[in-house]
Amino acid sequence: MAETLKFAFDHAYARDMGLQADGLACRRGGRLIFKDISFTLHAGQALRLAGVNGSGKSSLLRQLAGLLPVADGMFIHVLSPLRDMHYLGHDDGLKAALSVAETLVYECALARKEVPQALLTDLGLAASDWQYVGDLSAGQKRRLTLARLLLDPRPLWLLDEPLTALDASGRKLVEDLAEAHLARGGMIIAASHEALAFATQELRLGADA
Amino acid sequence: MLKALENISAHYANPTRFMALAAKLHAPLWGLVALCLAYGLYRVAYVPDDYQQGATVKIMFVHVPAAWMALFGYSFIFFASITALVFRHPLGHVAARAAAPVGAVFTLIALITGSLWGQPMWGTWWVWDARLTSVLVLFFIYLGYIALWQAIDEPTRAARAASILAIVGFINVPIVKFSVDWWNTLHQPASVSRLARPALHADFLYPLLIMGAGFLLLFLALTLTRMQMEILRQKLRRRS
Amino acid sequence: MSLFATLCAAHMRLAWRGGQTILALSFLFIAVTLLPFGLGPELKLLRALAPGLLWVVLAISLLTTLDRLFQADFEDGTLDRLRLLPLSLEAALLAKLCGHFLVLVMPLILSVPLAGLLLNIEAARLPLLLVAMLCGAPALVLLGGIGAALAVSVRRGGLLTVLIAMPFYVPVLIFGAAASQAALSSGTAIRPYLGILAALSAAALLLAPFAIAAALRAAQD
Repeated sequence: MAETLKFAFDHAYARDMGLQADGLACRRGGRLIFKDISFTLHAGQALRLAGVNGSGKSSLLRQLAGLLPVADGMFIHVLSPLRDMHYLGHDDGLKAALSVAETLVYECALARKEVPQALLTDLGLAASDWQYVGDLSAGQKRRLTLARLLLDPRPLWLLDEPLTALDASGRKLVEDLAEAHLARGGMIIAASHEALAFATQELRLGADA
Repeated sequence: MLKALENISAHYANPTRFMALAAKLHAPLWGLVALCLAYGLYRVAYVPDDYQQGATVKIMFVHVPAAWMALFGYSFIFFASITALVFRHPLGHVAARAAAPVGAVFTLIALITGSLWGQPMWGTWWVWDARLTSVLVLFFIYLGYIALWQAIDEPTRAARAASILAIVGFINVPIVKFSVDWWNTLHQPASVSRLARPALHADFLYPLLIMGAGFLLLFLALTLTRMQMEILRQKLRRRS
Repeated sequence: MSLFATLCAAHMRLAWRGGQTILALSFLFIAVTLLPFGLGPELKLLRALAPGLLWVVLAISLLTTLDRLFQADFEDGTLDRLRLLPLSLEAALLAKLCGHFLVLVMPLILSVPLAGLLLNIEAARLPLLLVAMLCGAPALVLLGGIGAALAVSVRRGGLLTVLIAMPFYVPVLIFGAAASQAALSSGTAIRPYLGILAALSAAALLLAPFAIAAALRAAQD
């Protein structure tokens, strides 16, 4: 459970937060990827985006993060997009030439936080802090990106395939983190092919909707 | 006036309407090109030879309009890119893309005729004359622009990148012109006489203006035809 | 440390680890070594041509460093992170370019005097040559950055970057070479040329970050 994590969440988010999307559409390369996507998310809820490959799950996440223009529709957002969310995309933005410890220092500098001692232990990377990121396995890299979620508490998490490449304990870690986040009034939108234990709602994109 | 222009441009934002208009314009425009160039060449044939340069001076009637079109073409691309990027007019990118090779070919014609014109006077095929040099740089600007369109596979991405380059490159054109002119006066060897601007006697001026009009119409006709082709190509791509 | 400094330092560390500084320096000296084989070893001729040659060699060596300037960030998701920082993308990219200037371009500029000695330039004139290059090089980096950003999604975009950047380099090279010529010959005032070079760099500083950011955003849509 979340209590086993040493790096504690000691913050809570406002309970009256929410996020509402209304009739979102996405167009890429002249082609309509999806349209009429609407959902409402309240504090403490998690939404899972499902759908076949190419149905636009990642594009929707990028739109919510402000990285892709919204082709159509209203998008009501009570949070300021830059400060109040984390986006963990398909590409991790890790640099192969940095060691794990250096990456952590860099991430802390970007989040303007002190380097927390217990964090690598929580992520299961304590033994490899001297290793170069380029030498890590895909699952280890995934664990390292989770550090961003923990370093800087932000109410909305946008996660693209959060479980890929992770082993059983890694999945457990993600679920524990997510549950702890939701318990404190956070919100999660995650694109995933697999069922997510913490998801409270599901939105299916694409033809089979 | 401005409002009317806005309405017209909004009306032809629809590619189907534009294609209908282009189909109507196509034949008359090409007819006008043929007439104008034929009459211009006829007038050029009767231009008296220059007392210094002889018949060589007649290259001017191709060289100067081609150089005008080289500059006009890049300005055209710039304004088309602005309409596409700022006013989001869907035909802007098509027009800019269609005009680029046309402008590049006019630039090349200006370079080649400049070299042919200079050869009897300078005794070499190429002189780093200020005007020729800046036209050469302009040619490279065209090449970069065309290469960027071709290098990016995804059409909307290519369009955005190309219009950014067109706008930044347009700012660069006068800077290049100024610095090349300055550089040329610094290094001007006394023995090389520059292409003297012939005193524009009416005998020269009218044929030159007619040829200029012919080249402008030719530019527009080629660009229009290429725009039609581009829109058809886009339709095909969407269907496949 | 501010975000700007963090990003700048991170880029410097990564560029240094990639061994790019050594490669760029090697390229510069290879070019300078090859010149006499083409031109002949006559010292008077080399001395006369040196100011212009050094600028051309500097510009080309600099272009080789721009090849993958934004491409790695574009491919590995770092660009997304830069866009989501509480700092405008323009400022974040400027931080990166500053890091690039410090770790790659400064060593190139500082090695120009040594290259100048190989081309028989009078040692006493070298400091002025350095000043001229420091005035003009920011423009070269920033304008070349526009080319690199426009070509970012092209897999082998190196040559495309060079083709796009070349027309932008013409004014800088013209006034750079004029400044160096003035630095190496007594009696010509160098100040006006330095002023023009600095003005070109300042104009590039105002324009380039916006063009680069717009190009990178366009590449992601």
